[in-house]
Amino acid sequence: MSRMSRYLEIGSSPHVTSGASVDVIMRNVVYALLPVCAFAIYSFGAAAALVLVTATLSCVATEQVLCRLLSRPSTVGDWSVTITGILYGLTLPPDLPLWMVAVGGVFAVAVGKFLFGGLGSNAFNPALVGRAFLQAAFPQAMTHWAAPLGDARFMDLPQSTLALPFVEPGYDAVTTATPLALMKFEGIQAANQELMYGLTAGSTGETCAVLIALGGLYLVARNMMNWRTPISILTTVAILTLLMNWLEPGDYPRPAFMLFSGGLMLGAVYMATDMVASPITNAGCWLYGALIGLLVVVIRFWGGMPEGVMYAILLANAVSPHIDRLIQPRVFGTRGGKT
Amino acid sequence: MTTPVQQPVTSVWSMYRAIVGIGALCALLIVSVFKATEGRIADNRARFLASAVAEILPEAQWTLAVAVDASGALVEASEGAALPGYLGFDADGNIVGAVITGIGMGYADNIRLLYAYSFELDAITGFKILESKETPGLGDRVEVEPHFLASFDRLDASLSPGGDALANAIVTVKQGEKVAPWQIDGITGATITSEAIGRILDVSASVWVPALERDAAAFAGRQPHEEEQ
Amino acid sequence: MNQPPTTDEFVKGLWRDNPVFVQVLGMCPALAVSNTAINALAMGLATSFVLLMSGISVSLLRRFIPREARIVCYICIIASFVTVVDYAIAAISLELYRSLGAFIALIVVNCLILGRAEAFASKNTVGRSVLDALGMGVGFTVALLSIGIVREILGSNSLFGIALFPDGFQTWTVMVLPSGGFFAMALWLLVVNRIKERQALKEPAQ
Repeated sequence: MSRMSRYLEIGSSPHVTSGASVDVIMRNVVYALLPVCAFAIYSFGAAAALVLVTATLSCVATEQVLCRLLSRPSTVGDWSVTITGILYGLTLPPDLPLWMVAVGGVFAVAVGKFLFGGLGSNAFNPALVGRAFLQAAFPQAMTHWAAPLGDARFMDLPQSTLALPFVEPGYDAVTTATPLALMKFEGIQAANQELMYGLTAGSTGETCAVLIALGGLYLVARNMMNWRTPISILTTVAILTLLMNWLEPGDYPRPAFMLFSGGLMLGAVYMATDMVASPITNAGCWLYGALIGLLVVVIRFWGGMPEGVMYAILLANAVSPHIDRLIQPRVFGTRGGKT
Repeated sequence: MTTPVQQPVTSVWSMYRAIVGIGALCALLIVSVFKATEGRIADNRARFLASAVAEILPEAQWTLAVAVDASGALVEASEGAALPGYLGFDADGNIVGAVITGIGMGYADNIRLLYAYSFELDAITGFKILESKETPGLGDRVEVEPHFLASFDRLDASLSPGGDALANAIVTVKQGEKVAPWQIDGITGATITSEAIGRILDVSASVWVPALERDAAAFAGRQPHEEEQ
Repeated sequence: MNQPPTTDEFVKGLWRDNPVFVQVLGMCPALAVSNTAINALAMGLATSFVLLMSGISVSLLRRFIPREARIVCYICIIASFVTVVDYAIAAISLELYRSLGAFIALIVVNCLILGRAEAFASKNTVGRSVLDALGMGVGFTVALLSIGIVREILGSNSLFGIALFPDGFQTWTVMVLPSGGFFAMALWLLVVNRIKERQALKEPAQ
């Protein structure tokens, strides 16, 4: 509506736009992610910085090379692949060998994005595709967590970070388990404050729930993110956990633990809201969020793995076109049902 | 345009002739190949079992299949028992130990394993995975991880005073926290599989060890009977 | 119909009409049991044997089998040879038998075999059918083997069970999992299609 021309414009719909183009939205997402990245580097040191840089560079480079190979105009300038890279980096363990980071980054963009047709056509969130590949390819390295706030984190790199390509990384002694693994295998729940302020082990960007939520609020305030998806996910998880915790308090954690631990906050705010792979309608977003929340709870409580946000979102991505078909807005002037 | 080409009608007789004839030829082929390979396949199965037994109970010269019946007594197993155990004998007919099949749910699917029980030590002294679909590189480390296998040098399975149950349940503990001889030192990163091994052993040994301790002596002095074929 | 056998009957299965990379037939065993080179080779040879024997039988009996009852007869013949292979593998090596699992029995429904019986052996002389089956069998085996080699090197750091790189090689667990079959298959398809594209550009006159 912002740009009204004096001339009669003739073109196909849409005629009314919000004025926000892909690159404006994407740039703002990058701003919202900066505090999360900063905290990741503060918490895990130089290794996390290198992981984030490598992840972003590998994704951007892959996009550039593939655009060139396919003789398409470069889409690097619209920032979307930068976000894929940063988000992908934020989901990785901080002491992951950099060559694995690069392998996953190439996979994320080449298979997760370009195989489906590039920007706007990806069925799954590319960042999570990259992470899922690494999880399947290198399960040992992907379940190895550095302790946060180590003493020498800015001066020394972990032995594993600079492992040569194709060489099995060696590890330093200082490692720990994530709060979810502690909960699942030993029944120890971390305190709320530790989880909210990010004093626990985990992927580079998933530990500090508060900063992630603040970034999400910024995007919602600027009307650049559909708030229904994260709210729906978090509410579903909270309600289901409350129910289980009420039925059998000894076996299931409290809702706050579930909300602030693991990748749930990062996934709900930044991954599930991927504009391409999530439903279009508002009602669809509620349903999609509820599905992710349900899957997260099921995988975390009854699955073999301690964390399930990644698989929950990828599965929900797969059904989001069906959600869209299920909840089709009524065309103005017609009666519901038939079109 | 043109009338459809009339297919020559096939007589029912020629169809029967073809189907029955080919069926008979095929049946003949299958039966003859089955007869030709039967012996070798049985040999292979016996050798596979013998090599597994030799690996975990090397003292045994030959084995006798046994089972635990409904009343908890040890009996000679009938052909094709689901989860057989084997008493291991040396050349003089002394019982040197037992090898027992255990099964239970792992991470991906049922794990089927053999484990050796030593009467002398009242302990489990080794195991071998027969079938498992555990994640390569994670769950299958239970077969190679040295500290995990070290628990099986002598994994205590002694009986409670009453003699009808294990004195201490066999259990897998977190890596590095093994303090008692009946605990298995678990593997970080293969938690579920290593715990499953402990659970399978506990369930199986709770049934087998009381029966073995009470009844096995009755089998002492057996000699391998010659195969009557 | 009764042309003399030509080498083309054999050669076409190797590259131009390769069962896996061009016709994309028999994907189930190609993806499922190609996790090591040995498994892939065994599966390829087993399938080739069934292909050859059923090709010969169908071709010999082609005048004896009426059109209406042909599928029943083909399946009966194929299933018999699969059973033979099943016993033979169990007799050769129980270990191989265990790792191939249910996929030996599933050779029966490999559409490559029924496809060749229906499309070729039932219309051609024994000589031509043998060449066709051999070509398809070799093509299938080579394709499986090339998938299996990639998967075994990356996934298990070995080739035909022999360890390759001394120590510290990071194995790609995903390659021995089922999804690795898809990745390796896709990579080979990429290579094969690329080469075919180049060839087509070079000889546009055909």
